[in-house]
Amino acid sequence: MNIIVCAKEVVDVSEIKTDPKTNKPILQGIDKKISDIDKNAVEEGVRIKEKLGGKVTVLSVGPSEAREYIKELLAMGADEAKIIPYADTGDYNVVSTILAGAINNLGYDIILCGEASIDLFSGQTGPRLAQKLGIPQITYAKKLEPKEDTITADRDLGDKKVTMESSYPVLISVTKEINEPRLPSLMQILGAANKPIEVIAHSSLVSEETSVLERIDIKGVSMERKNIIYKDDIDDAIGKLVENLAKDGVLG
Amino acid sequence: MDFELTDNQKMIRNMVRDFAEKEIEPVAAELDEKEEYPHDILKKMAGLGLLGIIVPSEYGGAGLDTVSYAIVIEEISKRCASTGVVTSVHNSLVSDPILKYGTEEQKKKYLPLLATGEKIGAFSATEANAGTDLGAMETTAILDGDHYVINGSKMFITSGSEAGIHIVFAITDKEAGYRGVSAFIVESNTDGFEVGSIFEKMGINASLTAELIFKDMRVPKGNLLGQEGQGFKIALGTLDGGRIGIAAQAVGIAQRALEESIEYSQQRQQFGRPISKFQAIQWKIADMATNIEAARLLLHRAAFAKDQGGHFSKEAAMAKLFASETAVKAALEGVQIHGGYGYIKEYVVERLFRDAKITEIYEGTSEAQRMVIAKNLLQ
Ligand SMILES: Cc1cc2nc3c(=O)[nH]c(=O)nc-3n(C[C@H](O)[C@H](O)[C@H](O)COP(=O)(O)OP(=O)(O)OC[C@H]3O[C@@H](n4cnc5c(N)ncnc54)[C@H](O)[C@@H]3O)c2cc1C
Repeated sequence: MNIIVCAKEVVDVSEIKTDPKTNKPILQGIDKKISDIDKNAVEEGVRIKEKLGGKVTVLSVGPSEAREYIKELLAMGADEAKIIPYADTGDYNVVSTILAGAINNLGYDIILCGEASIDLFSGQTGPRLAQKLGIPQITYAKKLEPKEDTITADRDLGDKKVTMESSYPVLISVTKEINEPRLPSLMQILGAANKPIEVIAHSSLVSEETSVLERIDIKGVSMERKNIIYKDDIDDAIGKLVENLAKDGVLG
Repeated sequence: MDFELTDNQKMIRNMVRDFAEKEIEPVAAELDEKEEYPHDILKKMAGLGLLGIIVPSEYGGAGLDTVSYAIVIEEISKRCASTGVVTSVHNSLVSDPILKYGTEEQKKKYLPLLATGEKIGAFSATEANAGTDLGAMETTAILDGDHYVINGSKMFITSGSEAGIHIVFAITDKEAGYRGVSAFIVESNTDGFEVGSIFEKMGINASLTAELIFKDMRVPKGNLLGQEGQGFKIALGTLDGGRIGIAAQAVGIAQRALEESIEYSQQRQQFGRPISKFQAIQWKIADMATNIEAARLLLHRAAFAKDQGGHFSKEAAMAKLFASETAVKAALEGVQIHGGYGYIKEYVVERLFRDAKITEIYEGTSEAQRMVIAKNLLQ
């Protein structure tokens, strides 16, 4: 089984603070990491390999300097990594075009992605990639049952649960619930140093990147508390709270 | 000169940080409260290679450098200083001397057991009347045929009641003073090995500290570590390395106190604003952070010096001295910044405060560290 996992390096969004004056996120000095759900995708890829044999290749569009994050995925059990340096990883159309270009040069049976990256959470890269490669896709998978010729996936669609089956090749985006990514042991971390990381120029994959994304601004959402205290009779208070919540459109 | 950690060291830090957050943090307060040894945590740590950090791969370990080792102990201790010291003793006071002074046979027999966590290690040197002055120990070992017969008792032994493999120090020649001390590898299932009291302590309550009693304990001759009479040298050399572990434990405690204090001071409102807006609090935090940074640099410097293979006892003593005093100060200020809440068990700084103090005492008191440093400078 030839498994490709797309993984993105992101800033650790839990550490981001916003500038109180401009409301813009302060990104300086914030730790980076591999987007959490992409780690679930890597874990799932490694599990499929452990079950059916084969190879797991990690593909990442992003900075090529901070290899420790990519190496972490190799330590988890991926066999090799390819990094395609590109500055604006927020443009999902360009990123999926670059990924498709890279993947077209590789053999593959399964492509795994996280349902979305934790920084921008557009959830677009995976589906666009499948469309560009012209292969079937299963999104929001929370359980996979891989077999030799087909794979079944339980999908979580909020109010509905759907089970789907596909032949290979197929692109699958996974949710956070699908597994608990393993922590690599010290020996696996040391072993990762010997696994190949190839850097590929994006210009060799796509002739021109067409950006369809217009970015107007990135701002923090400021949350202000209303500090209303209901202290009358408890039944009255509940009534008023419900009424006000409904007025604010919080309750339907 | 480069102050950056290597990729491997960063990955190790991230892995251990994740592990400690997920597996240690949720149980640390309870283990402390119940004085329960962290058996389950140690089992999981073994699976990640954390009980054989410095043991070479041919003996089942990860064979890592000492800076990586310091990083591991710091990250573990940030969440649980008890697990930190147990891991430190296991790696640097037990595996390390076997690796350094053991015969090939001893290494093959004992290192894999330690590295895989099948047996936990303890270092049994201190006695009721021999603490800083280890030369005053009274436990004796007398050769009788193929065995040494050991009689005596040991005091304050970390993991003493839980460990399967002990490094035990005893007198083989009463007339020879320091040169009459020898070191032995002792399995806890040896006849005559008994656990006495388990002490109730101020802190690091999940690391059980025991009294050991040896009554005509027969240890095979082949379990002598190094040469007869080399024990004192082995003890001091081993403690040099151990101090790097304790310095790392102290940095972990101090770092946690800092992180808790930053978070709390930004949330706690008094006089209509977060207390972090008051200069008095800001200066405490600035001093804590500066001391921690300095302590960590001394620590990594000492660890690096150990790996270079030369003499590093002054560096290790400086790191241990400064880091432990930093931990005590940081924990103290951490409680102060938390006000009354800092005195309440629900807040981590209360535990850090109790845990920090021991780092100034074991593996050589601060006074003993100053003696080592001065001796190196004045000899
Ligand atoms: C929780 C805990 C765990 C421990 N774990 C272990 C372990 O695993 N293995 C082990 O072997 N031991 C262990 N110890 C023992 C520890 O290492 C000793 O307690 C420590 O070395 C101090 O010895 P002491 O308690 O006998 O104090 P003492 O040596 O009696 O010291 C008392 C005071 O006198 C000072 N002092 C002593 N001599 C001098 C001097 N020459 N100049 C100036 N001041 C001096 C000391 O600094 C100290 O302030 C542990 C102790 C504790 C509390």
